[in-house]
Amino acid sequence: MKKFLAVLMAAAMMVALVACSSGNTANNGSSNNSGNGADASGDGAIVIKIGGIGPLTGDTAVYGIATQNGAQIAVDEINALGGDIQLEYRFEDDTGVAETAVSAYNTLKDWDVDVIYGCTTTAPCVSVAAETNADRYFQLTPSASSTDVTAGKDNVFQMCFTDPGQGVTAADYVAENGLATKVGVIYNNGDPYSTGIAQGFITHAPEVGLEIVAEQTFPDDSNTDFTVQLTACRDAGAELVFMPIYYTPAALILNQARTMGYDPIFFGGDGMDGILGIEGFDTSLAEGLMLLTPFNASSTEEATANFVAEYESRYGETPNQFAADGYDCIYAIYQALQQIDGLADMDHEALCDALIGVFTSADFSFDGITGTGVTWSTSGEVTKDPMVVVVDGGVYVTQ
Amino acid sequence: MSGKAKTLRMRKTTVNSFINYAMVIVLFVVTQILIGQGAVSNTIQSMLVPVCCYVVMAVSLNLTVGILGELSLGHAGFMSLGAFSGIITAAVLKDAVASEPLRLAIAMVVGGIFGCIGGVIIGLPVLRLRGDYLAIVTLAFGEIIKNVIQVLYIGLDENGLHFATKESNMVMSEAGTFVVRGPMGATGVTRLSSFAAGFILILITLFVVQNLVDSRAGRAILSLRDNRIAAESVGISVTKYKLMAFVISAVLAGMAGALYGLNYSSTVASKFDFNTSILVLVYVVLGGLGSIRGSIIAAAVLTLLPELLRNGTINEYRMLIYAVILILVMLVTNNPTLRGAVDLIAKKIRSIGKKEKAEGGAQ
Repeated sequence: MKKFLAVLMAAAMMVALVACSSGNTANNGSSNNSGNGADASGDGAIVIKIGGIGPLTGDTAVYGIATQNGAQIAVDEINALGGDIQLEYRFEDDTGVAETAVSAYNTLKDWDVDVIYGCTTTAPCVSVAAETNADRYFQLTPSASSTDVTAGKDNVFQMCFTDPGQGVTAADYVAENGLATKVGVIYNNGDPYSTGIAQGFITHAPEVGLEIVAEQTFPDDSNTDFTVQLTACRDAGAELVFMPIYYTPAALILNQARTMGYDPIFFGGDGMDGILGIEGFDTSLAEGLMLLTPFNASSTEEATANFVAEYESRYGETPNQFAADGYDCIYAIYQALQQIDGLADMDHEALCDALIGVFTSADFSFDGITGTGVTWSTSGEVTKDPMVVVVDGGVYVTQ
Repeated sequence: MSGKAKTLRMRKTTVNSFINYAMVIVLFVVTQILIGQGAVSNTIQSMLVPVCCYVVMAVSLNLTVGILGELSLGHAGFMSLGAFSGIITAAVLKDAVASEPLRLAIAMVVGGIFGCIGGVIIGLPVLRLRGDYLAIVTLAFGEIIKNVIQVLYIGLDENGLHFATKESNMVMSEAGTFVVRGPMGATGVTRLSSFAAGFILILITLFVVQNLVDSRAGRAILSLRDNRIAAESVGISVTKYKLMAFVISAVLAGMAGALYGLNYSSTVASKFDFNTSILVLVYVVLGGLGSIRGSIIAAAVLTLLPELLRNGTINEYRMLIYAVILILVMLVTNNPTLRGAVDLIAKKIRSIGKKEKAEGGAQ
């Protein structure tokens, strides 16, 4: 009998949920068949539908939610300006899996999307990019940084550095500033992002006079013991340890390095951003940690400060670089849209070609919170100044 | 009298098999007609091939779990083997075989062969043991496959395939391209899979599994599940029949993997992890152990469900609803009260049907 009750309760819950949503479902159905991409709304403004894709659930949800929120702020700000172009924004969950990302993309297609903003993570983005390229949708990704995302596709653009590009930049920075000559590298060889940066760094390092004395890997971000890798770096005499990894394993590495009394310079990539926000993390461990990131939340620059304040008041946490990349993506798309004539009559294919034209044109340059004078190459890769920050007194200090 | 009873019983299993074929064929035809009329959304269309893959995965796992009675927790490992061997085969044959369906068919066969090799390697030693060893070993197998492919770099140039465990160690001519790039997985895959191919694979799977179960070998397999000692005492070779069921299941999973891998332009090894194995196991358990039709329906419905729930405000709760539905189905199918009620209704419908038939006959 108890079981029966449980079933009944669960059924009641389902019915309630379905009932709550039925109003909206009907709405969605009707918008499916509206045909042309750019719709003119009642007051003459052109409505552009931006469809975002990223993980809102699953292991990588923290990044997807950040890109969703960052873009949401930009959309609201742009719509509040009341210009001729109004944005409609919808974000679909891909759980960080390619298969789900493709269905999320198709859901957006059913919604009559005009521009694709996403995906947040690399593997889903490669799959979706192949689809958008075939269907001719313009796509701008905030954070999918593999070269595979843009390779051979003229319609896909990145807001972040490519992985190998970031590795090269890091090697250059280390060499130019004379931080070290003997370098150890620890990376996650089960992760495309981490492997991509590490490969870029390792191939470029000898060219700028750095010696890779140790190359250590671990297979998964859920790894908890890094003493083997750290010992190898220490025994090889590495003065600097380059760690192009996400912040969760990085926090453990910093802790274990201190325990074993090993104190080199630790240098990370943009995935390290967020390390100071880990609950229960002793920020003194990160003192002196250098990382390459396009965004510094403690910057006093006006645009950044406004964005950070808005983000904190809305979502109750400090935005990371994913949120900032998302915010910039929407503004870059908006800026490009403003330069296009005859927007109202364009379907998504024409819009795609027009946007490609604007993004790759020589005089298009974008100023955002992750960089100024940002330009894009025809291959879709971004060119902007890298920024290195050092953790000093528990906050980032731009170098 | 006994002969009549026998033909009647035979007919029941045959009818059951044919209901499954008919169900799949009708669903395929209806979907094709709906697509032709433009009544199917892009979301559903993009889900058709994965649904076919998961149906084959579920039916083949059912052969191991439901019919053979051994627990396998690494079915996605065979799918992974099939996916990557299929992708590599398709890439190698890109110039040699012009016809895309033919290339897909060859890739699927190669995927099946690799699934077979994996199945034999795992099955031969482990199926000799009693107890839950197969579950443990297949679990490890799935993880090993994932980790091996994650460090594997495979390049293709005019001299053939090249293998390395580090990108910097790869020796290739300038025209060479990477087919598999470690954690990046296989990228730049030419998409070959189609709904029709998936449909044919389901039919092949149904044909193989249903005929196996109805055959002499199938009865031996069933007897091993129900009473191993009794089966052994009448001279049934335990390892042989267990291996037969397990390897066939692995071959079908490999073919499903090839179909899956060639449906996306990129595939990563981490997709085929423990979670995917469990997902397929969930389809099998919810559909009913040993029930082929149950597996087909459960796999199709549960693959589509999370996507169908992407609507309006329900979107945020879709994972929650999905979980609740799983629990509900589990409770309902195992609840004697509800089952009794369902049986009662079914009986009433049947008796009404019989009555009408009888009346029709009388007139």
